[in-house]
Amino acid sequence: MRKALCITLVLIAFPVAMQWLGYLFYVSFASRVMIYAIAATSLNLVLGYGGMLSFGHAAFVGAGAYVASILVAEGVASAWIGWPAAVAASALLAWVIGAISLRTRGVYFIMITLAVAQMMFYLVNSMKAYGGDEGLTLPRRAELGLGLDLGDEVVFYYVVLFVLLAALYALHRVVHSRFGRVMIAIRENGARVEALGLPVYRYQLLCFVIAGAAGGLAGALLASHGKYVNPNVLHWLQSGTLMIMVILGGVGHLWGGAIGAAVLLGLEHVIADYPLPWLAQVAPNYQQHASLGVGIVLLVIVLFAPQGIAGLISRRKNA
Amino acid sequence: MRFGLPGAIVAAALTALLPSGGQAADRIKVGFISTLSGPSAALGIDIRDGFQLAVKMAGGKMGGLPAEVLVGDDQFKPEVGRQLAEKNVRLDKVNFLTGMVFSNIMLASVPVAFENKIIYVSPNAAPSPFAGKQCNPYLFVASWPNDAYHEAAGQHATNRGYKSAYLIAPNYQAGKDSLTGFKRFYKGTVAAEVYTQLGQLDYSAELAQVRAAKPDALYIFLPGGMGINFIKQFVAAGLSKDVPLIVPGFGSDQDIIRPVGDAMLGLFDTAHWAPDFDNAANRRFVAAFEKEYKRIPSVFAAQGYDAALLIDAAVRDVKGKVEDVEAVRKAMKAARFESVRGAFKFNRNQMPIQNYYLRVVAKDGQGRLINKTIGTIFKDHGDAYVQECEMK
Amino acid sequence: MSWILILEQSLNGLQFGLMLFLLAAGLTLVFGIMDMINLAHGSLYMLGAFLASTFIELTGSFLAGVLLAIAATAVLGMLLEVSILRTLYARDHLSQVLATFALILIINELVRLVWGSDAALAMPAALSGPVELLPGLRYPSYRLVIIGVGLAVALLLYVLVTKTRIGMLVRAGASNREMALAMGVDIKTLFTLVFGVGAALCALAGSMLAPLLAVQVGMGENILILAFVVIVIGGIGSIRGALVGAVLVGVVDTIGRAFLPILLGAFFQPRVASAAGPALASVMIYLIMAVVLYFRPQGLFPARG
Repeated sequence: MRKALCITLVLIAFPVAMQWLGYLFYVSFASRVMIYAIAATSLNLVLGYGGMLSFGHAAFVGAGAYVASILVAEGVASAWIGWPAAVAASALLAWVIGAISLRTRGVYFIMITLAVAQMMFYLVNSMKAYGGDEGLTLPRRAELGLGLDLGDEVVFYYVVLFVLLAALYALHRVVHSRFGRVMIAIRENGARVEALGLPVYRYQLLCFVIAGAAGGLAGALLASHGKYVNPNVLHWLQSGTLMIMVILGGVGHLWGGAIGAAVLLGLEHVIADYPLPWLAQVAPNYQQHASLGVGIVLLVIVLFAPQGIAGLISRRKNA
Repeated sequence: MRFGLPGAIVAAALTALLPSGGQAADRIKVGFISTLSGPSAALGIDIRDGFQLAVKMAGGKMGGLPAEVLVGDDQFKPEVGRQLAEKNVRLDKVNFLTGMVFSNIMLASVPVAFENKIIYVSPNAAPSPFAGKQCNPYLFVASWPNDAYHEAAGQHATNRGYKSAYLIAPNYQAGKDSLTGFKRFYKGTVAAEVYTQLGQLDYSAELAQVRAAKPDALYIFLPGGMGINFIKQFVAAGLSKDVPLIVPGFGSDQDIIRPVGDAMLGLFDTAHWAPDFDNAANRRFVAAFEKEYKRIPSVFAAQGYDAALLIDAAVRDVKGKVEDVEAVRKAMKAARFESVRGAFKFNRNQMPIQNYYLRVVAKDGQGRLINKTIGTIFKDHGDAYVQECEMK
Repeated sequence: MSWILILEQSLNGLQFGLMLFLLAAGLTLVFGIMDMINLAHGSLYMLGAFLASTFIELTGSFLAGVLLAIAATAVLGMLLEVSILRTLYARDHLSQVLATFALILIINELVRLVWGSDAALAMPAALSGPVELLPGLRYPSYRLVIIGVGLAVALLLYVLVTKTRIGMLVRAGASNREMALAMGVDIKTLFTLVFGVGAALCALAGSMLAPLLAVQVGMGENILILAFVVIVIGGIGSIRGALVGAVLVGVVDTIGRAFLPILLGAFFQPRVASAAGPALASVMIYLIMAVVLYFRPQGLFPARG
């Protein structure tokens, strides 16, 4: 709890420091990291706590992003309409996809989530009215009213921070509730829970919908942040990226999604923008091959440290 | 708090990593974003090489000031291009942005520059919305308006008396512009208007349709890797003997000639430039390019070169005071430089007014495949959208 | 709408389907026998194409280059299996998915380091022209060769799996792994061999398709999803299922992409029809998969008894 408080204080102080130093770019970057943290946390609910290997999570983030963007593009600038609409749309989508996929098991579940996500990708790609492959550029960010100008990087940052903290707190409450305990039990041994008389399918579906809705909120924030959305946000490789974040950070740990998003995006930026001369001598052009490092780290984690960074931290604490 | 000493060290290290804040206005920073990987990489590479050649020939300077060109690869993905543009504009604080090959990447990326009053000099794509209603004071086009080559091709097809034409283009803004442009000047019947997927590589289905339709001519706009594959498959299906093919200049330039080879001989195309133009600037450019890169420059390389010369002239005319963006704009609009295409002047919408020529793929004195000029199709041709532009 | 057009499009669909079969066959065997989801299967396809481009350049012969690429990819595949993938058999599906996804990233970057983002692979000159199948139908000879090779490999695999001892072991492992182990089958070597064959098939598809399409980093990911759809439709562990599924998917996709835009063009603008056509064709394939899963959850030709 104390650690959480410390981190929160740092996060609150961060944009003030950056603005004073003149690096507004990093405030924008940090907002992006936090949005991905929200998306990864939503996947963590379904993957880490629910044990459901959904490869189509990008579809919910993308659906939220597109619904929010289309509304702004059509002139409905208010975030009070746009963002809840995005959440509702993703929740509905998650309900439909979950209802179909959760009837299946194992690889078929993975395949169906993957296939439906790809279907959404192709459908959105063919919507020429909203940019299709070129994507949709928005004239402005959504408007929150209340005297808050979301166009201001610092204000936007605090809004995103608020949502992230709320999401983490919500996850904390869910996990420690009866619902959460049942989900973890289902993850460990679904058959036993079924035998105990609990409706496993309904619990899983509810979990799926909550995660989808949260993913949709992340998508709406993402669209507002970049003022741009394109079908690639729905692609299954994006689902893979979210999964990497969750695994890296620690699947099934509260902070897993957030840590993973911060580490992955942070590393990408550092490698791309801060050349290390000594490394460039050994491996020229190493900056263009950052994914190699990501892949190796991921492989090592899966093989040897499946609990991710959060797992390593808690192991060291308990040692 | 448990951070203490380790925390202080981390904070200090992070601060050391931060880039040096405001940079001195004694150098020109140009953000160059282009497609440098994938099947269409040859286009971005040509533009980059042409651009960097101009800078090198000026001693590493633009307008008399040392120039730093930050090259980034958009990987043919609009969101990557956009992120690079954000970084260039917000973090690197460039004075100019340039380089993009494809319209979809440009449409996603340039709004960032425009919002921050950074001038984008286009060495290639110039989608029709920017020529008309969305014309922007911070956009300067060093190449041509998107429709131009296609309008010239349509005129050529009319001149040749082809009664029916089958049209194929990729399904994105530039593709739409291309066929609209062709139809504007083609007076025959359009047998079919087919849009393929951007980046599509297998055209067996489309070629079967062409065979069944038996048109008088086939017009395709398929730049980069798409064109290479289409023409190879077109020849393999035996259609090259049945149906005359017309392409815009970027459908038959060096990047496609190299992989396809002799099957390109005799192909007619339209462009604003050819390597055999006889003016001093061009002769110098072609000789320097062949010496430096050991290959014949394509129209993309010529555009990249001209884009650099345009920026150089503008910086020179404001005597290096690039902070005054309005002055830079005025200087750029005057375009006082010697373009490899001959005379250069801007229209009201900051896109060029120029001639367009008919070219054919033939062998030069050394037996290499090259585009030769054989006639003029349009003189002092602007574009169809300029009336909708409200700029002065 | 002429017969020639329909025939030509059908041939195109068959060609695409047979290449998909080469990928799906290896994938279904690995999944069926080793119960492992291997996302890196598409990377072997890509490796085959890149290796082929190098070997063809070195030897000057298309055939030699392709054969060498197949052999090299098979060896690399088996090395991969023995070193990394073996540890994943006992793990859960999530770990397998993540580890093989990591392999995709690693192999993509290694290829980029060695070759760059793409390589050139030209069609053999002798095959770059058409063959007159019917008066009025000059079909590219190279595509005919692909169809021929695909059918030959299908026949070869059929003979291998049904008429040889190894094939019998493979079928036994696919239908009941524990029993096969209990009966004393040398499971480790069998797995490595199966993986090697799967890699070889991928390399064959990759190097044959390369002159038609493009050799580029990331080419595996695009076709991987379709391969998974094919094995789900066909039935995991069944080669016969992979063939039927692949040809079905190939034909539906090609005919859909070819004729749907025309059909839609009657109601919509060309740009919309052209975009909606391929999207609908893809959607149709996923719908077929959903329908098959609903009525026959084990696929059309389930291997598990």
